[in-house]
Formats: sequence, C-alpha cells, structure tokens
Amino acid sequence: MSNDQTIHVHEGAAGTHEVHHHDGNGHHHHKQNFVTKYIFSQDHKTIGKQFLITGIMWAVIGALFSVLFRLQLGFPDQTFPILETFFGKWAKGGRIDPEFYYALITMHGTILVFFVLTAGLSGTFANLLIPLQVGARDMASPFMNMLSYWFFFMASVVMMSSLFVETGPASGGWTSYPPLSALKDAASGSKTGMDLWIVSMALFVVSSLLGGLNYIATILNMRTKGMSMTRLPLTIWGLFFTAILGVLSFPVLLSGFILLLFDRHLGTSFYLSDIYVAGKILPNEGGSAVLYQHLFWFLGHPEVYIIILPAMGMVSEIMSVNSRKPIFGYMAMVGSLFAIAILAFLVWAHHMFVTGMNPFLGSVFVLLTLLIAIPSAIKVFNWITTIWRGNIRFTPAMLFAIGFVSLFISGGLTGIWVGNSTIDIHVHDTYFVVAHFHIVMGVSAFFGMFAGVYHWFPKMFGRYLNNTLGYIHFWVTLAGAYLIFWPMHYMGLAGVPRRYLDFTLWSTFNKFDSLNKMISVVTIIVFAVNLMFVFNFFYSIFKGRKLRTTNPWNSNTLEWTTPINPGHGNWEGDIPEVHRWPYDYGKDGRDFIPQTEPVKPGETGH
Amino acid sequence: MSTIWILIAFLLGFVIVFQIAKASEYVAILRGEDRTRKESNRINAFLLLAFLVIGLFGVWYCNETLKGKILPEAASDHGERIDTMIWITLGITFFVFLITQILLFWFAFKYQEKDDQKAYYFPHDNRLEVIWTVIPAIVLTVLVGFGLYYWFQITGEAPKDAQVVEVTGKQFAWEFRYPGKDGKFGRRYFKEINESKGNPLGQIWSDPDNHDDIYVSQEMHIAVNKPVKLIINAKDVIHDVGLAHFRMKMDAVPGMPTTMWFTPKYTTRQMREKYGEDFNYEISCDQMCGKGHYGMRGTIVVESQAEFKVWLAKQTPTYVAAHGGGAAPATTPAATPSKTDSTANGGNAIKTSH
Repeated sequence: MSNDQTIHVHEGAAGTHEVHHHDGNGHHHHKQNFVTKYIFSQDHKTIGKQFLITGIMWAVIGALFSVLFRLQLGFPDQTFPILETFFGKWAKGGRIDPEFYYALITMHGTILVFFVLTAGLSGTFANLLIPLQVGARDMASPFMNMLSYWFFFMASVVMMSSLFVETGPASGGWTSYPPLSALKDAASGSKTGMDLWIVSMALFVVSSLLGGLNYIATILNMRTKGMSMTRLPLTIWGLFFTAILGVLSFPVLLSGFILLLFDRHLGTSFYLSDIYVAGKILPNEGGSAVLYQHLFWFLGHPEVYIIILPAMGMVSEIMSVNSRKPIFGYMAMVGSLFAIAILAFLVWAHHMFVTGMNPFLGSVFVLLTLLIAIPSAIKVFNWITTIWRGNIRFTPAMLFAIGFVSLFISGGLTGIWVGNSTIDIHVHDTYFVVAHFHIVMGVSAFFGMFAGVYHWFPKMFGRYLNNTLGYIHFWVTLAGAYLIFWPMHYMGLAGVPRRYLDFTLWSTFNKFDSLNKMISVVTIIVFAVNLMFVFNFFYSIFKGRKLRTTNPWNSNTLEWTTPINPGHGNWEGDIPEVHRWPYDYGKDGRDFIPQTEPVKPGETGH
Repeated sequence: MSTIWILIAFLLGFVIVFQIAKASEYVAILRGEDRTRKESNRINAFLLLAFLVIGLFGVWYCNETLKGKILPEAASDHGERIDTMIWITLGITFFVFLITQILLFWFAFKYQEKDDQKAYYFPHDNRLEVIWTVIPAIVLTVLVGFGLYYWFQITGEAPKDAQVVEVTGKQFAWEFRYPGKDGKFGRRYFKEINESKGNPLGQIWSDPDNHDDIYVSQEMHIAVNKPVKLIINAKDVIHDVGLAHFRMKMDAVPGMPTTMWFTPKYTTRQMREKYGEDFNYEISCDQMCGKGHYGMRGTIVVESQAEFKVWLAKQTPTYVAAHGGGAAPATTPAATPSKTDSTANGGNAIKTSH
C-alpha cells in the first residue's frame, strides 16, 4: 500500500473516463427540464435519492404490515373494527383472517428483504457513493443506471398492484416454497397474487443486475488518478462485493422463479410430484420440491450478505470518521469482506438441514457455515479496536454505527446456534430463527442504513437532519429492537413455531401471551418513532438546517471535496487526484488529512 | 373508539416532540453550536454506558422471567444430545457476547470526545489480527466437532428393532399408518387416494401387505423406551413434523419420503404427573402450509409397551374397514403394474425400511 507504487497506475482508467464525458470539467450539461432532472434522471445522485425515497415508502408499508400482524399476535382475543373499515373481507369483524395474516407476513418479508434492504440500501448508497468516493463524474453507464431504477419502479408497481387483487397477494411466505406457491388450490394467495409476485420479482432481478454490473464496472474502471483499489474507502469495498454477489446469485433465483411459473401454468413437474390437493389428484410425477429450495437459497443466502455488506462498509467508514482514528486493520477488513463473499456461496443448504437432505451433505454445510464466524469475528474486533483510544463524536450516524455493531454481535452469535445442524433440528422454523435473522440482518442492516442516511444526508440535500429527533430515533429504536427480539429467543427454545397466528389450541406454545402483548406494544412505539424519522427526512429536505461548509464531518473522502450541492458531473473543475488512503485521522498530530493531500517527504504513506 | 384516541395521543406526542426538537436547534445556534454539540456528546456517551448496564440487567431479568417457560427436560435420547449441544454453545457464545458488548459500550463511553484528548493513530497490528483469527477458529472447531458428533448420532440409521410408523401430512391434519401384524407396509400410490371410499392414503389393495395395515388420524401411539422410526410423507404441500418435547423435526415433502427416529423416555402419564394434567406431546406443523398452518396439530400418546399392544390390537385395518369387514379386494388389480413402477421410489423406500 505504498503511495509510490500506486500513484501512476490509474491514469489509463481516469483517461477513459474523461473521454466518456467529452470534457474534463463537468459542465457539459444537456438542457434539463423537470422530467430529465428529477424523474428520468441519469445523474447517479438523483437515482440514489429515487431509490432511497422509494425504499422509504416501501419500508413504511412493510413495517405497517408487521404492526398489523403484531396486533393479531399480541391481542388475539380483541377485535379492531378499524381493520374492517380498511381491509373489508380480510378482517371481518375486526379480526385478521388467516389468509390475510399469511399475506401480511409474506409481503412484510418480501418488501423488507428485497425492496427496502436490497434496493433501498445498496441501490441508494451504491448510486450515491460509488462515483463520489472513487472520483468519477457518474456511473459507467448512466442510462443503464436509470433503467435499473425504473425496473425497480415497475417491480414496485406490480407488487403494489398484487395487494389489491381479489384473491389477495402471495401468501406462501417470502420464500414461496412450492408446492404451496405452485398450486392454486392450496392457498388463495397462490392464485393471481403469486403470478404477480413472480413477475414483480423477475423485474426486480433485472433491476438488480443492471445496477450491479454498473457498480462493478464503475469501481473497476473509473477510479480517479491515484485511487488504487487499496485506497478505496471501505464503503466502496462493501458495495463492490455486494454487487458481485448479486450479479452471480440473482440469475439463479430468476431461473428458479421461471421454473415455478412453468409448473404453475404449463403443466411441467419441476417441483411437483405425488400431489393430492383439495380432493383432486394431480398428474405431476417425478418433480422435486426440494430443488426449488436449493435454487432459492443459492440466492437467498448470499442475499443476506447483499443486505449486510453495504451496511458493514458504511459503518466502518462512519466509525473511523467519528472516532477521529483510522479504521483498524484496513486490509483485514477488506480480506474479511472477501472471505464472507466467497463463503456466502457455499452455505445455502444450512437453511435446509431438516428437509430430508443427506445428513453427510448437511455436515459439510455446518462446517462451511461456522467458518463465516471467523471473518465476522475479525470485523467485530476491528470495529471495537477502532473506537479504542479514539476521540469519539456521537453524531446520530455514529450512534447508529455503534448500535449496528452491538446488534451484529447479538445476532451473529445466535448464528453459531442455528448454523450447527444439531441445534437447528430443535430451533428450525421457530421464533429463535425469527429473532436471529431479524437482529443480524434486519435491524442491524437498518441501523447501517440509518447511519448512512444521517451521515450522507448533508451530501444528498445540502441540509442537516434534525439532531434531537435523530437521537430520539436512535435510542427508542435500539432499545425497542432488543425488547422485541431478545425474548423471542426464549420462545424459540420453547419450540414455538413461526408463522402461527394463534396459540390457543396448543398446550405447549400458549405460555407467552403477556410477552406477545409487550412485544406488540413496543413494535407500535418503534413504528411511530420511525415514522417520525420519515417526517424528519422529508421535512429536512426542504427546511433542515443549511450546510455552510463542504466538509461537515471533517472527513477525508472525496465526496466532501465536491460543492455543497454538486451538479451532474460532481466536481466543478478537474476530478481531484488521490494521494493517500482515506483513513489518515489523527496522524502526525493532525485531526484529518484528506485523500487529496499529497504525501509529504518523509511521511509514511499508507 | 379507543384506537382513535391512541392515534390522537400519538399525533399529539409527535407534535410536541417535533416542536422541542425544532426549538433545540434554534437554542443550539443561540448558545453556540460547538457548546451544544459537546453537551449532547456527553449525554449520549453516558446513555451508552447506561444502556450497557440496563441492558445487561434486562438480559438477567428476561432470563428470570422466561426460563421457566422454555420446555422441560428433553423427552427423548436425541433431545438430550441436542440440549447438551445447546448448553455448550450457550456457554461459549454468552461469554463472547458479554466481553464484546462490554468492550464496545465501555470504549464508546471512555473515549468520548474531550478537549484534552487526542485520538491514537493505530492503523493496524498483525499480531492482534492473528490472535482474533486463530482463537475463534479454534473455538469453532470445537463447536463443529461436538455438533457433528451429535448430528451423526441423531441422523444415523435407526436400530433394527425400531417401531416403524408412517406419518402423512395434509392440509391441515396428520395421518398415521402402522404396519400391522406382518410388520410390513403395503405399497401405496397417490393416484389410488379415495377418501370417500376409505382409502385416504392411496393404499394399493392388491398388495397383500396392505391388508393388515392400520390407519389412524391425529393421534399417534408409541411405546416408551422403544426406538420409533417415522417415515414421513405429505399429500399436498410441504409440512413438517415438529416434536418440540423430543426436540425433533423433519420436513414432510410430497413425493419424497423422509425419515426420523428417536427413543421416547417418558410416558404421557409420567409427564402429566410432573407438569400438570393439560400436558400433551404435540405434533406441530413447522413448515408453512397454508391458511390452517397454525392449527395443524396432532398428538402423540407415549405409553407402556403393554398398553401400546392393547391399543394396536383394538384398531381395525383400513382394508377391512374399506371393504365392509374383510370381503375380497374390490378395486381392479389390473392397473397396478404400471402404478408400482412409477411408485418405485416411495414404495421401495417404505418396503425396505424395516
């Protein structure tokens, strides 16, 4: 990582980039009107904001669904006439219909995993940060980038429309296992709702691929002069591995969905065999329902890293900036991201220990799964060492970053439980798993996302978010997340299955009424406080405190060398040249040394 | 009505909080932003420490409140192994949890921004990296070792003398078949299913092994201290045989029979004496199967060997029931050859399984 080594390497790349834009100073604008500036924009910053705002809209819907089904779980004996007002036959007499309950949990999962934590998270920050932090005027293909958003938008429209279908949206769980999702007679959500779900997800995959290829191309080819790979901020490394994971695994998911579509409409038997449903004998023979699960989880598992890696990258960056100290073990951080990305492809079947898969095969997946704990442990210890002997500023972004690490530890450690097949036999498909994945990839990815929004909001809109609301948001959400999900581990150890809407029938599982009530109340409070965040977000876009300096956090990275409200092209003059890594904080008695500052004679480079 | 009041309360609370937040921004500007920032920095650092202390107390309190509600001791030999594995893992992960959370929040508090403090430039240290790569690797090797040792015991071959029971899941009920006196299951084929004619499992009547097979639904009987092997099927969608008290679980997949075995240690009566009259060994469906998923409940009665024999003897074979008390097979055996071919997988698995 010496400066001399890398200083001349990327002239070629930077050169290509200049050619692409025809001029060096970014003033080459087409005439812009409202539509090209805000709607069909090709500016990566605008596209990032579009992803973010669409993601926020979906997050509100997805979270609202969780509030609705928590009402059922917390207060199974009560009726809520207001539900009938809004949902009619789905909540007759103010009680949630089972079919509606299953539609809610299915949509909650699909929306949050894909539309919020994939598109909303990496769509937003990859678009916003990649060109700004690597020093490029825009993405490799701004047009493809625009298409990526609009495919996501179309996916959103289709998914949204499925909520209004008479037979209801898909209700087979976010994993949509066939035969349940393949047989129209098996569930009402497996009728039209399921087709719309598949179409929407197919569009989503296209969006994700268009975006991902663009991110990879930009990071590899369009770094500014001096920006070697080892001088990239960790944000970019996180987004880079995320994009690679997405490009390699989403096509497999798509193929799984296409086969499902064939089984649904063309009479094929990829997933169907020996079925007698609703009094009818189906002709299908020889298919394997487990095949779908392999195809699904070949994406489904990398997907959780697609969600968490960008959060890890942003948290690393934010922690370093606010501790006024370099990130500890930069190369180990990159190496562990790489290790996680590789292992992500080799562990999918740990979701399938009790599907009747060969136990020997299961044992291989136990080994590979628990290996992931090693790079994860490295990351956690490096984050802790990063704040050790720092001089920490608790901006809301920093607090969310610390919250992220805390949640990642809590949820990661239970991964060692569920990844071990012996324990998984007991806790598989119980609340233990619900607690595990909500903490480790749901809430903690949200914390990474919040950290990113608070940190880069000034770059996006030239204004600050309200700090007081930010602090309230953080503390209520952190305490709420633990109150909601920590006790669920105990429910899981008691064997309480997930996806049950009523436990009155069961003498084994009916002991948690007061706990369920508490969880539901906390859920509603956390939801309300997060609505307040959404309000803060939109209010601050127009009325927030104005930014007066280009570099509000005294940060080293390139995005803070652009004007407060950068135009399309980002830098007014030439793209700055990079001379050092982004983590020179507290070095040689100086608070921070931006990447653009040349290394002094005698200074040790990095 | 109360819903509306709650909504109004939320709205009011929100307006108040927002006004305060807005005002605090102006106050900050009046008092000097730097001073306000430092003050909120101290408050948040203190809150982080407070969160650690209260959080750890919460962990203890949660355990005190809920530990009585997790399941009583495992009621099968495999269950004991799984519980041991849980204790080992709990010991290790809880220790790591405590150390890392305490360090994280304590450092955050201790190294909060102070005027006379400078951050220490500490970009890397290979020795530390090696330490926290190697130690987790060793610990995980231990966990994988124990895990796989138990895993192979649990998923290994069932003992030869195991009582075999065939379990079939359908939306939203459980069906069971016992092999009868000959100890053999007759072949079945899903296209033979005819619930109105007393053939819910699709048994092939021309197969004589079927003539003494016994069918019961919703309640399974097994004998205590005798290994039991379940052959698990599903008729429509994927289900899962979840036996929380035995700590066992296995998917029921249409077209692909799966197996699971265990040895129950306590009879239902013994468990009732210990844990109250409403105790039941319940079978829960643990794989989402449609709108009735949450009510797909079966029960298991574990009884003494003698009681089990008496119970089994009382059951009428399905064949007899379906043919009005032992008449000759009425279905056409002519169609069976092709059927047995296509059922080769399932049929053979069942036939060779004991």
